[in-house]
Amino acid sequence: MSNPSGHDCDTCPAHAQQLAQMGVSMGTMDHLVALAGNPNTGKSSIFNALTGLNQHVGNWTGKTVTRAEGAYSYAGKRYKLVDLPGTYSLLSASQDEEVARNFLLFGRPDCTVVVVDATALERNLNLAMQVLEITDKVVICVNLMDEAKRKGLTVDVRSISRDLGVPAVPTVARTKEGMPQLVQTVADVVSGAVVTKPFRPAPPDNVREAVEELVPLIEEVAPGLPNARWVAMRLLDGDHRVRQALLSGELAEVEASQTAPIEEQGSLVSLQGSQ
Amino acid sequence: MIATPTTPQSVLDRADSLRRDLGERVRDDIVSALYAQSSAIVDRAVKGRGDKNWDFDQRIDRVVTSRMFGLPIMLVILSAIFYLTILGANVPSAMLADLLFSFEAVAAGWFDSLGAPWWLTGFIWHGVYRGLAWVISVMLPPMAIFFPIFTMLEDLGYLPRVAFNMDWLFRKAGAHGKQSLTMAMGFGCNAAGVIATRIIDSPRERLIAILTNNFVPCNGRYPTLIMLAVIFVGGAVPPAFASIAAAGAVVSIVLLGVVFTLLVSWALSRSVLKGEASAFTLELPPYRRPSVLRIIYTSLIDRTLFVLWRACLTAAPAGAVIWIMANVQWGTQSLAQHAVAAFEPLGWVLGLDGVIILAYIIAIPANEIVVPTMMMVYLSSSVMIEPTSYDDIRRILVDEHGWTMLTAVSLMLFSLLHSPCATTILTIWKETRSARWTTIGALMPLAIGLAVCFVVATVWRLLA
Repeated sequence: MSNPSGHDCDTCPAHAQQLAQMGVSMGTMDHLVALAGNPNTGKSSIFNALTGLNQHVGNWTGKTVTRAEGAYSYAGKRYKLVDLPGTYSLLSASQDEEVARNFLLFGRPDCTVVVVDATALERNLNLAMQVLEITDKVVICVNLMDEAKRKGLTVDVRSISRDLGVPAVPTVARTKEGMPQLVQTVADVVSGAVVTKPFRPAPPDNVREAVEELVPLIEEVAPGLPNARWVAMRLLDGDHRVRQALLSGELAEVEASQTAPIEEQGSLVSLQGSQ
Repeated sequence: MIATPTTPQSVLDRADSLRRDLGERVRDDIVSALYAQSSAIVDRAVKGRGDKNWDFDQRIDRVVTSRMFGLPIMLVILSAIFYLTILGANVPSAMLADLLFSFEAVAAGWFDSLGAPWWLTGFIWHGVYRGLAWVISVMLPPMAIFFPIFTMLEDLGYLPRVAFNMDWLFRKAGAHGKQSLTMAMGFGCNAAGVIATRIIDSPRERLIAILTNNFVPCNGRYPTLIMLAVIFVGGAVPPAFASIAAAGAVVSIVLLGVVFTLLVSWALSRSVLKGEASAFTLELPPYRRPSVLRIIYTSLIDRTLFVLWRACLTAAPAGAVIWIMANVQWGTQSLAQHAVAAFEPLGWVLGLDGVIILAYIIAIPANEIVVPTMMMVYLSSSVMIEPTSYDDIRRILVDEHGWTMLTAVSLMLFSLLHSPCATTILTIWKETRSARWTTIGALMPLAIGLAVCFVVATVWRLLA
């Protein structure tokens, strides 16, 4: 075969010229993109495929406990990509989950790519829906499509996209299949060419009334907050960090910082450096 | 509604009172609602359940995580890794040493013929360069073999199975089952192991994992263990069994480290860090075929060269310090001789000697360079030319400096049980932000090491 990777898209001039891996070169970035997902879904492989970096890829929980940062440019725009620790949820208080959660909440990415494992969708979508509660600019990356196929599973990515109200892209990160579509979709969501309508299911019956009462109050003290409903649910669960953020005005400030340069937004969540 | 202005505090107060009415089940309700929703989405999107591979994975898991075979299989794999490392590292180590040390003589000759003063030649070539040469020849070959194999296991998905096998042990010790994962990270690098404890959500169990991580030898310490095992344990049996015996000795030391991890975890959770082990779920990921080229690349570039570079950074100044100490005279003796004499009694009590203690003190920033440092101190007073093979090293240690099997065993124990390297201590500080825990994390392993060496040396001498 003349094309070693076996995917025509990679060699198609339209894509090959537009996607440039930028490694760790930072400088001024146009957009901030976060990578979230369960452990062991190939998140780091996606990160490497996009940035050209060589983050070590291990398929077990706990490998990435700090965030890794890289960059790529696509169609004339420069994207900073932040690889968040792999977590099963954004609810509990372990440090890795907190790192991921805080970044989505305070780092305010322009787009969040949630990498899900096509062979274990049920558990993975759980996290995806939690991310959708926090931010609406989301792209679902249904990775490990090859393994799903090997296991005899047919995954209807459009159905997922329809149900969640955000774009979903099938990928095989190891062979870089689907990467051009992924960067294009991210670009569309960032620019607003694709408008997302994230699916936010009604809270369970017993909680609904309390949530409905709290939401307007929260919006009053933190105007423009896009995820008041999520904040309300976190408060009802007694989430310490969210309480603190509301009290200190951090949640309200997030709105104001949206126009600040990306470099600053990144440093809002100043985390312990690299390993 | 009362017409008072809404403040963040009033929102929180309202939320708190609502929360009290709702009770404890809020989180469970929210989580089950999420699960119900995602299950519905998956039902619509996914067709087919012909899980042949899944069955195969499960069949393997039933064996490698079984009560009966789980731990023995782990032992066999661990032994095999060390056996391959020892077998493979022997020849390249000697070749590297030969090459690097012969260059030292050549380069020193150039300096002399150019009329450089003796102290400049000595400082640069017999000090700094010699330190580097020792570190590279002792550390590079074992690491270049060990890391790719270890990374291969990591990529295959075997490590979570290790956690699964050891979970009950950690639970009995009152620690978190995920500690076996952070311990496995510690085999690579203790500082990385300490950072990895972030996956443990209970602060108590996380602290236990941080404080005990240093009890497993990191890759910087393997070369020391391997060299001693090859020279003394391997040398004490017929040549045909030398590699197997040496691998057995290294595995025993590693197991001893695991035993100390569990014992100290147990002691901590019964005393200063009281509490019960919390439950957790651990996913056994599907086995994946490792991508060999990537592994070789990452394990050589990211790990081997990284660790080696770090060792070189500390070995160069250590080499300089040793050369100065060996060449500056105070009275009739060099500074090094004075220091060695001063440490001799302490060394003797521990089954070691004054040179080893001095080497440990010089090598505090990175204790993986202890053996190179120690060899340089010995050689600074040696008439012998540079040693190039394990046999030469053995002759120097045994014939010229009176080493016995006790010295080797004590040094292996001490290199397992002593204070963490400077990077790890700094990482403990960063992760705990507590001077108290950092101090305990640094001194507790040292105290245990001193005690163990003292007991072993005393009992050994009584029995001998």
